[in-house]
Amino acid sequence: MDATTSAIVWTKQRPQPSWLVRLFDWKPFLIFACMLPAIGLLMVFLTYPLGLGIWLAFTDATIGRDGKWIGLENFIWLAEDPIFWSSVFYSVFYTAVATVGKFGLGLWLALLLNNHIPFKSLLRAIVLLPWIVPTVLSAIAFWWIYDAQFSVISWFVVDVLGLRDRYFDFLGSAWPARWSLIAANIWRGIPFVAITLLAGLQTISPSLYEAALLDGSTGWQRFRYITFPLLLPILAIVMTFSIIFTFTDFQLVYAITRGGPVNSTHLMATLAFQRGIPGGQLAEGAAIAVAMIPFLVFATLFSYFALARRKWQQGESND
Amino acid sequence: MAYLITRRDGLKLTAASAATLALVEEARAQQIPTQPAEPPRLPIESGASLRVIRPARFVEPDETFFRANAEKFSRQFNVPVRVDFVGWEDIRPQTAVLANTGTGPDVVIGWSDDPHIYADRLLDMSDVAEYLGKKYGGWQFLAEKYGKRHGTNNWIGIPLGGSTGPIVYRISAVKEAGFDKIPDSHEDFLRLCQRLKEIGKPAGFALGNAVGDGNGTANWLTWSHNSFLTDEQGRVAINQPATIQALEYLQKLYPTFVPGTLSWLDPTNNRAYAAQECWLTPNGVSLYFALKNDPNTRHIAEDSDHANMPRGLAPDAPQTATIINAMVFRSARFPNAAKAFIQFMMEAEQYNPWLTACLGYWSHPLKAYDNSAVWDSDPKIAVYRRGLDYRYWSGYKGPITAATGTAASEYVLVQMYASVAGGQATPQQAVAEAERRARRIFR
Repeated sequence: MDATTSAIVWTKQRPQPSWLVRLFDWKPFLIFACMLPAIGLLMVFLTYPLGLGIWLAFTDATIGRDGKWIGLENFIWLAEDPIFWSSVFYSVFYTAVATVGKFGLGLWLALLLNNHIPFKSLLRAIVLLPWIVPTVLSAIAFWWIYDAQFSVISWFVVDVLGLRDRYFDFLGSAWPARWSLIAANIWRGIPFVAITLLAGLQTISPSLYEAALLDGSTGWQRFRYITFPLLLPILAIVMTFSIIFTFTDFQLVYAITRGGPVNSTHLMATLAFQRGIPGGQLAEGAAIAVAMIPFLVFATLFSYFALARRKWQQGESND
Repeated sequence: MAYLITRRDGLKLTAASAATLALVEEARAQQIPTQPAEPPRLPIESGASLRVIRPARFVEPDETFFRANAEKFSRQFNVPVRVDFVGWEDIRPQTAVLANTGTGPDVVIGWSDDPHIYADRLLDMSDVAEYLGKKYGGWQFLAEKYGKRHGTNNWIGIPLGGSTGPIVYRISAVKEAGFDKIPDSHEDFLRLCQRLKEIGKPAGFALGNAVGDGNGTANWLTWSHNSFLTDEQGRVAINQPATIQALEYLQKLYPTFVPGTLSWLDPTNNRAYAAQECWLTPNGVSLYFALKNDPNTRHIAEDSDHANMPRGLAPDAPQTATIINAMVFRSARFPNAAKAFIQFMMEAEQYNPWLTACLGYWSHPLKAYDNSAVWDSDPKIAVYRRGLDYRYWSGYKGPITAATGTAASEYVLVQMYASVAGGQATPQQAVAEAERRARRIFR
């Protein structure tokens, strides 16, 4: 009996926890420990490949041979290489024109879809199709559309309408090929822009439009003074993404022209791949890829600072 | 596409057509003439197993019969063999990983130049090659060229087969143009193409960034004018008067082509020929069989024939072959088993049925297989019989190196011709640009 009723002896202090427990109770360490998996993932899958790519750009590595450090030699060669400069030109041109096209048409489409129309959800789903289809598939479709012998456009214009007597040669010379690829890229990029802008449009409070209507505003004024400014932050983000996607586009060009005719449609990304993997000049390919980084950083900074620096976005009032 | 061959797996010949099977039976029964030869001693390591990679198949029997032969090897020698069929552009990166890390497949069946890129890291194959050569009447020219290390008698690769792209043409169109065969001289060939254009049945040669067909066009133009990319020592030699002549010839020839050849990729000429938009084009035998096996296009196949590329000024047919070349790295765990496997696959009991089942898609490297039943199965594929007997190779006249492969996959010559055909450059400018790029690659 005694044994079961013996009083529990309370000590005045709780026992000192072990060093391990104390370590994990220490907030800075805990934060660090919780972030380790994420840091590990980033290091392995992001920092290491990026670092390796940059390192390769300063070596003379080829497929099957480890490179030696050769400093800026790759870049000096590229600076004198007209094919590289033509790819820089076309990358910038392609990105600029395609982005303007995508945003013009995408915004227009978003405004149309924002209206009350029958079968609204179905239409929105259909609009997303070009974005959902794998790029290589749509590229192959465009390859057929632009084919020198079997183009449906040529067939329609020549054989059905009889407006021309020769088939179009879409991809046979430099500028038609360039514009054809830009058209394909715009077609593919519109849904992304349209749907994200549509989401942005729906966050704009209808009461603003009602107030504007009471003030007797025109449709253009409502767009210019309500829709556009309120859409601008989203526009900036979408624009940044779109520029990055377009500038680093690869599949469309590689599947349709492989950079031809005579290298006139090489983007920096396709040229980097072409030189690096099929050509085996790993280091030179890496150098071209590294040369893309400044353009991307500039594009990101530009759209962020030029379009998105509104005070209210940083929590202050807009003046 | 991994497929583990165990002894329990039976022959799987599901979709190979009955006609092919009958032909293969004939090949099996057939005697390939051999000379007595002593096979090298290759005691197979105990516990050996092999992993083999090779390029994806051309036609289905290529894969079925290759697997069946591999399975036969594993049954006979009690060595499990796993064969992976790899996409054509993936072979090179996988080989590079193997070369750098020493782990991966034991036998690599890669492309023409690949053994020459890794020459220092490969097992010497001379014993196998010499035995096979002695037994089967010797190796054909291109097989020796691609199998032996440059300037030596040491074999670093065993070529299994090669594919070539001679001219495919419509018999009726060439007749209508006033010729009864493909002429060999430049002038006559130009006249033929001009006539074909006039009668609305134009020729077409790929000038786009097409690895196979584009380089075929460029090599033909270069070699048929007795020009060459590099000299015997491997120095860039493209900037020479003969190249200018080739470019000037193309300036006359290009307008006779069907429109759009500057954007042609590898499959384009097949499509154009099948659609009767193009009536003469260089291609592998695949086009002919695709047409022959489809009832809708059989009449095109019946009106088609093959011919070597016009010689022009060259002493031999100015074309080469793409070869599948087997190699074993020094790091291989079971070198004897790997060599025995390659040797086994080349022996008549295995090789002849496989070669026959491939219907001419692969041309053989060993001369004795000239007698294979496949070459008599269809008189129109006769030109593929000596597919590895051409006298030109990638990067002719220099040694085969990594750079020759790079020059081809960078389209240095293709783009030289295309820029002149498209009018973007004069012949002189185009040659200078090609020389500039080639110097970088061959430095």
